[in-house]
Amino acid sequence: MATPLEQKTNQKPVQFIVQRQDGPDGKAYDEAFEVPYRPNMNVISALMEIRRNPVNAAGEKTTPINWDMGCLEEVCGACSMVINGTPRQSCTALVDKLEQPIRLQPMQTFPIVRDLQVDRQRMFDALKKVKAWVPIDGTYDLGPGPRMPENKRQWAYELSKCMTCGVCLEACPNVNDRSNFIGPAALSQVRLFNSHPTGAFHKEERLEALMEDGGIMQCGNAQNCVEVCPKGIPLTTSIAAMNRQTTLHSFKKFFGSDEGRTGEAVSR
Amino acid sequence: MANHRDFVGRKIHSLLGVIPIGLFLLSHFTTNYFIVRGEEDFNKAAEIVGGVPYRLFLEVFVIFIPIILHGVYGVYIAFTGSANTGRYTYFRNWMYVLQRFSGIFLVVFITWHVWETRIAAAMGTAVDASMMQNIVDNWFMLAFYIVGILATTFHLANGLWTFCITWGITQSPASQKAMSYVAALVFIGLSFVGVRSILTFAGVL
Repeated sequence: MATPLEQKTNQKPVQFIVQRQDGPDGKAYDEAFEVPYRPNMNVISALMEIRRNPVNAAGEKTTPINWDMGCLEEVCGACSMVINGTPRQSCTALVDKLEQPIRLQPMQTFPIVRDLQVDRQRMFDALKKVKAWVPIDGTYDLGPGPRMPENKRQWAYELSKCMTCGVCLEACPNVNDRSNFIGPAALSQVRLFNSHPTGAFHKEERLEALMEDGGIMQCGNAQNCVEVCPKGIPLTTSIAAMNRQTTLHSFKKFFGSDEGRTGEAVSR
Repeated sequence: MANHRDFVGRKIHSLLGVIPIGLFLLSHFTTNYFIVRGEEDFNKAAEIVGGVPYRLFLEVFVIFIPIILHGVYGVYIAFTGSANTGRYTYFRNWMYVLQRFSGIFLVVFITWHVWETRIAAAMGTAVDASMMQNIVDNWFMLAFYIVGILATTFHLANGLWTFCITWGITQSPASQKAMSYVAALVFIGLSFVGVRSILTFAGVL
C-alpha cells in the first residue's frame, strides 16, 4: 500500500501553458511545458525546474522562461503574474491548489520586459509623485516626533503592508493606455503617510499631487482593487478617505483657510 | 489650479448628475405620473409645468446645460475606461460597466426624446397626453422608451452611490454597503413610477 505522499509523487507531470514574449516589442506566443510533479511545489519551483531543463511539452529545446522574484514569501511583490486568469504572486501559488493546465501570463497593465517579467516603474514613479514618505532629514536633530494613537497605528499598519506588487493596477479598468491613472496603490499610500503624525506635516502637498491629472478623480469605483489585493488592504476605504480629504482641502484652498495654505504657495 | 482641471471636472460632473439633473428627473417623473390619474389631470399638470415663469431660463440652466456638460464629460470618462468584467466578475465591476453603457445609451435616448418632444413642441406640436400616446403607439418605440427609462433610473441610482464616494461622504465599507441598498430602493421606486407612466401612455395599463 502506498502512503498518500507516495501516491502524490506518482502523479502525472504538471501541465503549464506559458505566455512568452522574446522582448519588449516582441510578439506574444504560448508555449506548453510539462514539469515532473513534486509535493508542495509552487509556480516558482516549477519555473525553476523549466529553467534547469528548458524543454517544452513537444520535447523541443527552448529558451528558459524569464520571470521576476525576490523574497519568495509574498512580501516583496516582485513575482506577480496572471495565474489562471488571476493576478497574484507566483511564490504563494501552490500547484496542488491550481487547476491544470496552469496558465501563466504577464500582467498586461505593465510594459513587458521578457516573458513573465514586467516593468513596474510606473508604480514607483506614482509613489514619488504623491510623496509617499515622511521627510525628516535636516541639519540638526529634530527630536522625537508626536506619538501615534494605538488604534490608528493598527489600521495604518494594514495600509503599510502594500508591496507595490501591481495586482490592483492589473485589475483596475481605469488603468490602461487611454488614461494616466496612477492606480489604487499610491492613493492608499497617501492615506498612510497623511495619517502618520509627522507625515501629516506634508499632508497638503500629497493631496495636491492627488488632485493632479491621473490622480484620485480617475478612479471609477469599480472596486476590483480591494477584491484582488493579496494583502487585504482596504483600498476602496482609502480611496474614499482621500476623496474626502481632497474635497475638504479644495474647499479650504478655494474659500480660504489658515490650514492648508500650501496650495496657495504652490499655485503662485 | 494649475493641473487640477480633471479634479474639478470630475467633481462637478458627479455633482451635476445629482443637482440639478437628478432633481429635474424627479420633477419630470412626477409630472408624467399624473397620466395614471387620467388624461385630464396630466394635461392640467403639463399646462402648469409648461407655463411656469421664466421657463426658458430654467430649461437652459437647470436642464440643457447641465445635461450637455454631464453627457459630454461622461462620454469622455466612459472612453478612458475599459471593461474587464470577463476576468473580474465582481458586482461592483458590473455596476461600473453598466454605468458607462447606460450613460452612452442615454446620450442617444435623451437626444431622441428631446427631439420628438421638446423640439417638436417648439415646432408647434401641442404638449399634452396625445403627444406621448402617439410616440409610444407601437411596440418598438414603447420598448425603446422602457429601456430608456430603466437606463435613466439605473444611471441615477448607481450615480448616487458613486457620488457619495466621490465627494467623500461614504468612507467605510459599511456606509458604502448601506448606500447600495438606498440606491437599489431609488432604482426600484423611480423605475416603478417611470414604467407605470409610460405603460399608461401606451394604453397597456
